[in-house]
Amino acid sequence: MGGTISEKIFSNHAGREVRAGELVVVEVDFMMGQDGTSPLAIKAFREIGGEKVLDPSRVAMVIDHSAPSPLEGVSNLHAMMRSFAAEQGIGLYDVGWGVCHCLLPEQGHVAPGDIVIGADSHTTTYGAINAFSTGVGSTDLAAAMLTGKLWFKVPSTLRLELRGKLATGVYSKDVALFLAGRLTADGATYLAVEYGGEVIESLSVEARFTISNLAVEMGAKAGLMEADSKTLRWLEGRLSRPFEPVSPDPDAVYQEVREFDLSDLTPQVAEPHRVDQVKPVEELEGTPIQQAVIGTCTNGRLEDLEVAARILAGRRVSPEVRLIVAPASRQVLMEAMAKGVAQRLIEAGAAFVTPGCGPCVGTHNGVPADGERVISTANRNFKGRMGNANAFIYLASPATVAASAVAGKITDPRRML
Amino acid sequence: MEEGMVLKGKAHVFGHDINTDYIISGKYKFKTLDMDELARHCMEDIDPEFTSRVQPGDFIVAGANFGCGSSREQAPLVIKHAGISAVLAKSFARIFFRNAINNGLPVAECDTSGIQSGDQLEVDLEAGMVVNLTQGTELAVTPLPPVMMDILKEGGLAAYLKKHGGFKL
Repeated sequence: MGGTISEKIFSNHAGREVRAGELVVVEVDFMMGQDGTSPLAIKAFREIGGEKVLDPSRVAMVIDHSAPSPLEGVSNLHAMMRSFAAEQGIGLYDVGWGVCHCLLPEQGHVAPGDIVIGADSHTTTYGAINAFSTGVGSTDLAAAMLTGKLWFKVPSTLRLELRGKLATGVYSKDVALFLAGRLTADGATYLAVEYGGEVIESLSVEARFTISNLAVEMGAKAGLMEADSKTLRWLEGRLSRPFEPVSPDPDAVYQEVREFDLSDLTPQVAEPHRVDQVKPVEELEGTPIQQAVIGTCTNGRLEDLEVAARILAGRRVSPEVRLIVAPASRQVLMEAMAKGVAQRLIEAGAAFVTPGCGPCVGTHNGVPADGERVISTANRNFKGRMGNANAFIYLASPATVAASAVAGKITDPRRML
Repeated sequence: MEEGMVLKGKAHVFGHDINTDYIISGKYKFKTLDMDELARHCMEDIDPEFTSRVQPGDFIVAGANFGCGSSREQAPLVIKHAGISAVLAKSFARIFFRNAINNGLPVAECDTSGIQSGDQLEVDLEAGMVVNLTQGTELAVTPLPPVMMDILKEGGLAAYLKKHGGFKL
């Protein structure tokens, strides 16, 4: 009986053939904590009686969610992370480096075939480069820092075959939102999702990250793709260690295989307050907005800023709208500057904030007022997500957000391309 | 969780897809590790009176996909610090489920659809049984994998690892 990508990665790590449903204890190739989760992990590490992190070279800590610190309480927790990282010899990505999920692959910490854990739910992102990567809590991170290992239940796999060719003005974010809408917020709970088909093949690696990032919004444990020539090219110059990409066997057994033809897909928007409440942009056009956000681990990469800049070139952000741009990493920001992308966005009226999570988690950088509507490229629109339970968040692609920022209302980007 | 312990309390009923932002909002969780302080804001955005209604030992009862969203371990911790003794739901999001067990908060997957707010419940996790004393009904709980039951019995993963030094499947 053949294996899925997930089963084969777990088999390689367990040193024996394992299949869905089995429990395994395996070595974790890389692990990460951010500033919302690392302080509790450090506390748990001490509680277990931990003194030395087993292998600091396999650990990173990232200060991204609330960076730079807006409050003394946050500052003290950041200081705790800096001191632990220094004491243990752990690599720390401090204020300004960017969002953990952009940084880990960009800085060469993640390889195809790896098992990666992150104390952040959007750790599913690296599935796009063929790593079994999944979100865990702080105590699991502490256990893995101490022992190098963690226990897992090998998940069953839901295979999604994405057929057809995306139309102009339709992006990987539209695909990810469409799938969340169709499968719903718990449609993939406890499952590994395996994405394949011409649509995935046609996308850049950056665009693929967006799809794996949103896998967790359907409850998935991982959002896996095969490594192809694009993946290998993307990893060149980033990754220095040897690795072994993993493909599913032709006779792999899936819990379910679903096929979608996406040739007719139009830009998609998730309405407040659910990521799976998704409609074609046509149905929401004209809804006034007061804030627009481009960035986050979902859509803060260079390509995303480029798409927005193409729409904003020669246009102005509506005087009724604040457009906030949070590049996903320092490297993204520098490339956006070198290419004139940042310049075009700023000329159009965008306000840049520090590379990092930006206003996504509601701690700083643009908390909306009561009754305001925000359109964002982020991955969650829960009530209160951006720091005000009386605001309304819509999720869309960078193109739709940029077009909406210009018009001051939700707008189909295809008219501005 | 002590061995053989039966939990008793009343139900506070919530709907489906209660996410971790609702359990504890991001605007609070980055500020402090003081869980008693954070627990005052538990469920604030969807039920501002929740913490004032909870008596120690009560249960959160919810529909499908409880705890979806972020990996924040503050979510099970604030529920525990708010005085809740266990969460019963039709299903759980996987990271929350694991975090709850890792922090010694009992979670029970069962058919919660008939439970009303205010019902008196008795939860026996080892026996895998919920008794609704108000309605006179019984509900079977999906059994935990043994490793999770062991972690829960130790009161959480930190205590479990301190005792065993590693994972025993």
